[in-house]
Order: sequence, then structure tokens, then C-alpha cells
Amino acid sequence: MSTSLIFDIKRYAINDGPGIRVVIFFKGCNLHCAWCHNPESISAEAGKMYTQSKCIRCGSCVVACEQDAISLFADGIVIDQQRCVMCGKCCEACPSMALEMSGKVMSVDEIIGIIEKERIFFEQSGGGVTFSGGEPLLHSELLIKLLDECGKRGIHRIVDTAGNVREETLLEVAKRTDMFLYDLKMMDSELHKQWTGSDNSLILQNLKKLAETGAGIIIRIPLIGGVNDTDENIEQTARFISELAGDSKEVQLLPYHNIARHKYQKLGIKDKSEKLREPDKEALSAALEKFRKYGIKAGIGG
Amino acid sequence: MFEKPDNPSGIAEKSAQPLPGMNERIQRLRKLSVETEPSLSIERALHETAFYKENYGKYSIPVLRAMNFLDHCRSKTIYIGNDELIVGERGPAPKSVPTFPELTCHSVEDFHVLNTREMQRYTISQDDIDLYEKEVIPYWQGKTQRERIFSHVPDTWRAAYEAGLFTEFMEQRAPGHTALDGKIYHKGMLDFKNEILANLSSLDFLNDAEATDKAEQWKAMAISCDAVIVFAERHAELAGKMASEETDSKRVAELLKIAEVCRWVPANAPRNFWEAIQMYWFVHLGTITELNGWDAMNPGHFDQHLTPFYEKGIQEGTLTRDEAKELISCFWIKVNNHPAPPKVGITARESGTYNDFTNINIGGLNSDGSDGSSEVSYIMLEVAEGLHILQPGNSVHISAKTPDKFLHAAIRVIRQGHGFPSVFNPDIYIQEMLRQGKTQLDAQEGGCSGCIEVGAFGKEAYLLTGYLNAPKILEITLNNGIDPLSGKMAGIQTGDPIDFKTYEELYHAFVKQLQYVVDLKMRVSNYIDRMFAKYAPAPFLSVVIDDCISNGHDYYDAGPRYNTSYIQCCGLGTVTDSFSALKKHVFEDRTFSMERIIKALKMNFEGEEVLRQTIINRTPFFGNDDDFADDIATRIYNDLFETIDGKPNIKPGGKYHFNMLSTTCHVYFGKVLGATPNGRLSGKSISDGTSPSHGADTHGPSAVVKSLTKFDHVKSGGTLLNQRFLPGLLRKEEDLKKLGHLIRSYFTLGGHHIQFNVVDTATLKAAQANPEDYRDLMVRMAGYSDYFNDMNADLQQEVMERTVGKF
Repeated sequence: MSTSLIFDIKRYAINDGPGIRVVIFFKGCNLHCAWCHNPESISAEAGKMYTQSKCIRCGSCVVACEQDAISLFADGIVIDQQRCVMCGKCCEACPSMALEMSGKVMSVDEIIGIIEKERIFFEQSGGGVTFSGGEPLLHSELLIKLLDECGKRGIHRIVDTAGNVREETLLEVAKRTDMFLYDLKMMDSELHKQWTGSDNSLILQNLKKLAETGAGIIIRIPLIGGVNDTDENIEQTARFISELAGDSKEVQLLPYHNIARHKYQKLGIKDKSEKLREPDKEALSAALEKFRKYGIKAGIGG
Repeated sequence: MFEKPDNPSGIAEKSAQPLPGMNERIQRLRKLSVETEPSLSIERALHETAFYKENYGKYSIPVLRAMNFLDHCRSKTIYIGNDELIVGERGPAPKSVPTFPELTCHSVEDFHVLNTREMQRYTISQDDIDLYEKEVIPYWQGKTQRERIFSHVPDTWRAAYEAGLFTEFMEQRAPGHTALDGKIYHKGMLDFKNEILANLSSLDFLNDAEATDKAEQWKAMAISCDAVIVFAERHAELAGKMASEETDSKRVAELLKIAEVCRWVPANAPRNFWEAIQMYWFVHLGTITELNGWDAMNPGHFDQHLTPFYEKGIQEGTLTRDEAKELISCFWIKVNNHPAPPKVGITARESGTYNDFTNINIGGLNSDGSDGSSEVSYIMLEVAEGLHILQPGNSVHISAKTPDKFLHAAIRVIRQGHGFPSVFNPDIYIQEMLRQGKTQLDAQEGGCSGCIEVGAFGKEAYLLTGYLNAPKILEITLNNGIDPLSGKMAGIQTGDPIDFKTYEELYHAFVKQLQYVVDLKMRVSNYIDRMFAKYAPAPFLSVVIDDCISNGHDYYDAGPRYNTSYIQCCGLGTVTDSFSALKKHVFEDRTFSMERIIKALKMNFEGEEVLRQTIINRTPFFGNDDDFADDIATRIYNDLFETIDGKPNIKPGGKYHFNMLSTTCHVYFGKVLGATPNGRLSGKSISDGTSPSHGADTHGPSAVVKSLTKFDHVKSGGTLLNQRFLPGLLRKEEDLKKLGHLIRSYFTLGGHHIQFNVVDTATLKAAQANPEDYRDLMVRMAGYSDYFNDMNADLQQEVMERTVGKF
């Protein structure tokens, strides 16, 4: 990957680690989880999002498009994906931001500049920066520069990863990270592959190694009804976590919600939400109970 | 002046629900207060008219005013309701509001409108209207303060006023706006009267040119002390009489206690918790019965004043925490029983009642600079939350010295979504007062009253003179002084902006218009001030504000130790964003010409939606921690300061200062304003206080806080920041702590005030209807966030169900 794209920066983030944080979202992921609530983050390429309700049907994009890829209808536009070359000219021309590019090249200085704007809030709250995605570890070159720079500046650093990366990369990043949010989806490798497009061997292996380094880790588990909320999976997960190195283990369950389904519409891709459901209350509390039984600190996150 | 734009209906809706933590007496008293419809009482006007007819010309004006007050206290209807422990009403019953014809005399048409309009109705019987028409109106015709004022004002002032460039407070009500310090808990009216009489007897008629005027003022002040004592004694008599007729022995004991309390205060200094509250309440009623002042009266740091009585009672075993809470609740309901007298010349459409904006300061610093929060502070928070009624307003004061425990108790109340308490920063407002020239001690005794205005409690007349419509000043600048809505000249000629070559030319033209408008306003405000000093002094208010007793001057006549006139500047966000749009699109990027934009404004952007959307989406707006816009805001803020601050207000040592509040005036100012260059459509509200324009802040609350602290709040007499929060941001205990950190951060950076409106379903529905005004609403979950506006209708529905009301 030659360039790293940032698809969002969220200030006053209060659900992504201790204190008030700023979250830097990297674009590009090597998992394709069916429940992903940031589908625009999966592709490492710049994407285009169209919000129909914002469209004023002015036709500026049609004029701007050099590929004749956009047609205007009474209720909005239709983009011919075959013709579109993602040049972004339509988005620049769109006055109402109905068309927006997702993903932007940003320099270390630019990103650090935004992080520094939030310093007072970090200092007051014990917060800092969280690098998330996508998979930030796929952008290790930029990520490491950012982590080092934040380290120099005394800013608390969290990396939010799914762990499906080369071990060396993870350990290199771990040297300059204060805390990990480590996503764990499910223990059955076959099912993992089915739901995320990749098996989990590297993820589990990396988590073990990471724990051995003594890194601070909060394990985050998206809990999806009908996918990974079975007794069996929770039991296996809890056992696996309990066997990791280190004394204090913490799990946050992130109950699935399909609130992101409109993002799929905007991207013009089909979501798989019909197969997914929110976990019921009983499953949620049973899961919490199970983790606690294994001596793991567990709560609902997000 | 409590800003509650997002939750106007929450109070009425909840009235029928039981109140956790409130006993049955309080539930009943609250129900009566909430469910009683405001009505008009003509009793005061009849007494006053008869008194003036008989006595006008016989006495000096101060003595006439005091005798009028005494006469009314002797004869007005006294009310003691079932269940009441704290007693006294301005009118004959709860929510019954007197009129003040000496200031503004309602017409028959006014009464009909008030009686029939749907919003904020004040009922009045036809018999009373007839009696008013016969007895009151003919006498006051041509003699009211309002008529005196309007017969004087120059045409240029009238043109600017009618265009909506500013408002004038004192054309409807008297200058009021003050709060008390602790003196009434150490001295009774008899003590004050003794001081006054001693001064009177030591007057030097040989050498003191003011001796005669002082003598009249002091006589008037002494009479007004008698008036409130008489008023209280009549309550004691009624309570005694009711006790003799009462069969319930518990109530008999309460009535006898009320009689005992009313015989002691306000004549003497209070001896216990109950008497302290009743003392304040009689003083409060005295000041709002004597005259009808804006933001009339406020106990100041009430928790701090009550704390010694609370501690003594608890120690001696004569008071329990529950009893203290019950008495504070009774007081709270008393304040709620007093909506403000309605304006004259109103229209049926006009909404937004004006209340007296009693704003109880909770927590903060003691006058010695130490942490002022106490158990009474926590009780007051419980009462505010438990009762959730419109008045009194309440605010928490969070110094660096204030413990987190107190801040978090306040945030738990904020989370309930009633829109209170607002949060103030004593560490900054004390600096504001020091900059204005107050002593350290007086500044530390001070606080905020009304909405966000700072003042030295018990020692200052800090009069709000009216609001200034900053975006309107830009509008006339863009039209070479003419108000495009009427086509009439409202300002001065500063050149045709189409000819302006640079942004600086435009900005300088704006500053010239600003200076012209402010001078006009001050000129008339100064005149009005003297009118009040001469024709409508306030001898009773003068008794309780230092140093009126020692210098023999009235509250309106430079008697107070500090005399401030405020101009409240509105629409910083709107005017900043408008300048930002012009700077970027006309002068820098040259996306659009000035001519095209001015034309588009005249057409209310009709046929120019691409231009409007480009401006809305591609202009740096205030509130996003973007220096392009924030520098403009800072410059405007500083020019408002330069134009207003420090100008003399013709009282010795008195000065003008500015503050940044809008109450609900941003709605009115929006109505008299055409489309603005920031993409705002004609007639829509302008931004409130120092808040960003509605929906312009799209980077979250931390970015807002950063933008707001790029200018120096110490230069003002108060700024105002409203922040909308989705309840989802305040779900977990951890979230509440983070909100505490946000507040501490804002205050560390120098913020004066912040208030949170935790949005409810009604707000989200409004956001669906008017998405442009709600671009800031962001739905946040772990690793996921999106703007509410960007979601389609069924998802918005889901968000409403998911986030609102779930803690």
C-alpha cells in the first residue's frame, strides 16, 4: 500500500478508551465482517458516498464528471460504477455534500496538529488518541510515526486492532502503544472465515504474544445474535482469555446494532444485516456472567 | 434569562407525575403552582391610582413612592394557602400578577389579547377590564414612564429601534436586575431603619448641597422599611386567625409557627433556618411589589447564606435535613408562583413569556475565596431536580476549588434533560468583576444573576439596557445603512459594498455602523436612566443595596457602590459565519461576487440554492476550532468590547460594559432580519449568546469549547454557551465523569458559562423537520458515529427509540 487514507477523525470520543479521546480512523481492512458498522473503512481505496436526502438535484456533479458516469433523475443521481474512476471531481462540485469522498491522504503533521488541538481535554480527563479503522496496523509505517510523535509529546496512545496482521508488525507497534483495544470475534476458525473472510489463527496467536509482552489490553467482542453469542463460543473465548499471560484481563462486549445499515446504501453496496440480529438481554448477561466466572473483568462497552 | 430552547414543554408534561423524594405537602403545593393559570390582578393598580389621585404633588417623589408602597402593603389582599410554610404573594393569590400603570399602562386591547391568546395566556375578567378602563387608564394617560420615554427619543433612534437593531428594556419595565448579599441575615428592617434615621439626623443642611434630596430619600427608605414590616405583620395576623379556625392540630401548630416567624422577620434578623428563608422572601416580594424591575430580584448565594442556620439547627437538634428540604421546596414553589407582569402593546402571536429570572447560585466560592459548597447546596440540587419547575432558575458554580463530588451531583441533574442547572465559572467571573473595578471582596461575594450576567451581589445596580442585533448591523452595512426589509435608512452611509475592494473595507464599514448604533442606544439609555431616578425611584430596593443607606442616593440614582449598564450583544455565531462566507467566497476564493450574494440575500436565496449550499457546506463556521472563523469571531468580540466597554453612563463612576446573551431575543432578532450571507434564510433565528449558529458546529463539543475560548471572556460581563447533547452521550457513570472533564477543560481555558440541553424526542423530531439547523447532532457509539441528518427516516426513528430516555 503506497498511501494511507484517513476516513474520519472523531473528537470528544468517549467510548474508545479512558478519558476524552480523539479517534483517528484508517481506511482499509483485511477482514470483511458481515456486521461491520464502518463499511466505508473496509476498502483501502478512496470511496464515494452518496446521501440522497442531501441531494438538491442541481446537476453540478453531472457537469463535473468527465467520464459521463452520473445520471440525474427526479429523485437523485445514479452513478455508473463501471465508468467511475473515483477522481473525486463530482464530490468537489457537489454544493450540498450529498456526494463525499471517503478517505483522505493526511500527513503526520496534519494528524498531529488535530490531535494537539485536544490536549487540554486529554490532560483534564486522562484521555488521549485512539488509532482505529479499518485496520490501523495495515498502515504501520504511518502509524509508527504517529505513535512515536505522540509518545514524544506525552500523549496517551491506544491502538484498536483486529490483530490479523504480521506478528512483527504488531510487536513493533506494541513497543510504542500504551493500550490496545483488541477485537476478538469468535473462536471457531471455520466460522470466523465464513463471517469475516479470514480464519482466526493469526488473530489468536497474536493476542497470546501481545499478552506476553505485558501490554495493556482491553479485549472487545462484538456480540452478534445468531453468530457468536452461543454458550459454546463464549465459553471457549473466556477460557482462551483466561489462559493469556498477565493478571488483569478485561473484556468489553459490544452488542451488535444495525444502525449502520444506511451507510451500505450510501456506498451502494448490499449489507448482510438480514442474517444478523441484536443479542438478547439474556445472552448478554449470560456472557458477562461467564467471563466473570473465569476471573475476567467484563462489561458492556460502546 | 434561562436558555431552554430545546425543552420548552418538558415541565407541563411532567406535572401529573408523582415526584420522587418529595413529600405530599410539596406535591400538592407544586401541583397548585404548576396548574394554576396566570391571571391579572388590578388590585395594585386601583390602590396606586387612588393614592396618586389624592397625594400626587403633596410629597417629594421618593416619599410619594414609599408611601404608595406602604399604602399598598397595608391594604392589599393577604394570602396564606393550605399547606404553605413560607408565605406571601405579590398579588392576591398564586400566579395572580399585578400591573404597574406608572411604568406602562395596559390598554383594553392588551387585556383582550392577553386573555384570549393561546400561548402564555393571562386571564382577566370583563368586569376588571371595565373597571381598569374607567379608573386606571384615564389617570395614567400621558404620565407613564413609557410615554415619557417615547416622547423624547430622536427620529434616528426610532428608525434604528424599529428596524430591530436593538431593543430597549426600560420602555416596559423598570431597571432592576440585582441580587442580594448576606446582609439581611444579620440585620432586620428595624436595624436598617435605625441606620437611616441616624443618617437623617446628622444631615448638614449648611454645607451639603444634596442635603434636601438625601433627606427625602432617607425618609422614603425608612417608610419602605415600615411597609414590609406591616406586610409581614398582616401575615402573622391572618395566620393567627386561621389557626383559631383550624381543626387539624398539626396545621394549627404550623399556622402558629408561621405567625411567630412573620412577627419576627423581616423586622429583625432571622434566628433560624425557617426565618432566614421567610426573611429573604419578604424582601424579595417587597422589591417586586414596589416596582416592576427586569430580572427583578435574586437571593444570590442562597446556599451559602442558609448554611450557618442549617448547621446550627442540625447541631441543636431543632432542624432535620428533611425539614430543611421541605422549607427550601416551599420557597422554590413560591418563586414559581410569580410570573412576570406581561408587557403592553403585545401581539397575539408573540410567545415566550417573561419571568423574573431568579437564578439561584449554588456552590461556588465563599466571599473569602474558599469553596462555598455545603450540604445545603446538595439539598438545593435535589429540590431543583425533584420539582423541575420553571422558576427559580438554578445554576451551579464550579471553581477549581469545587470538589468533583459536587460537580458530579450537578451533572446527574443535567442528565435528566430539564435544561438545568447551568454551569458557571467563578474563577473567571471574579476576574471579570475585578477588571470592571470591583474590590476583591466584593467580586468574590458576586456571582451571576438573570441569565449569565455578573454582578457584585448586594452592592451593584447592573442594569441590562437592551439587546444589540449584530447580524442586523452587518445587514445594514451590506445595504449602505438602509434596512432592506423596510427600505428605510436605519444606520449611516458607509459606502456601497459592491465597490469594496477588500475585506478590510467591508469590516471597517461594519465597525462604523456598530459605533453609530451603540452611540444612539447609549444616548437614549442615559436619558431613561435619569427618568427613573427622577420619577420612579425604588426606596425599598435601595435599603438592601450598599451604599444607598450611607450616601442617601436611590438605587436608580447612583446609590449603589457600583453602577453598570450592560448592552447584551446577540448573534456572534451568525455574524461571524456571515463574515466568514463573504471573506472566503467574495474576497479570497472569488467563488461568488458581492453583487450576486447581496442579490441572493434580497431574494432569500430563491433560485440560488447552489450558492447557498456551497456557502453552508464550504465555509469555515464558528464553533469548529477553525482559526479562519474563530479569528473573525474574536475580532468582532473585541470590537464590541472596544465600542461599548468603559463608556460613561452618566452616573458618577458608572460605566457601560457588554455581555453576550440573548435570552429568547435571538428569535425576535431573526424575525426582523433578512437572509444572511451564512446561508440563513430570512426570518429564522440568529445564534444565541456566544453559541455557534444552530447546527454549524459539526466537530463535537470539544471543538466548540476551543473556539469559544479564543477570545477573552474576562473582557465581558458574561458569555453564554448552549450545547446540545444526545442522551446517548450521558449513559454510563463514566460518561458523566467525562462531561465533568469537558466542563473543567472549558473553565480552565477561561469559559464563563456552559449549559447543556440533553435533547429529547421533540428535538429530534424538529431536527427531522429542519435538518439544516441541527447539523451538529451526532449519534455516537463505540467506533461508530454519524450525523443524525445523514440518516434516513427509519434509522432516525430507531435512533430516537434507542437513545432518548435511556440512561
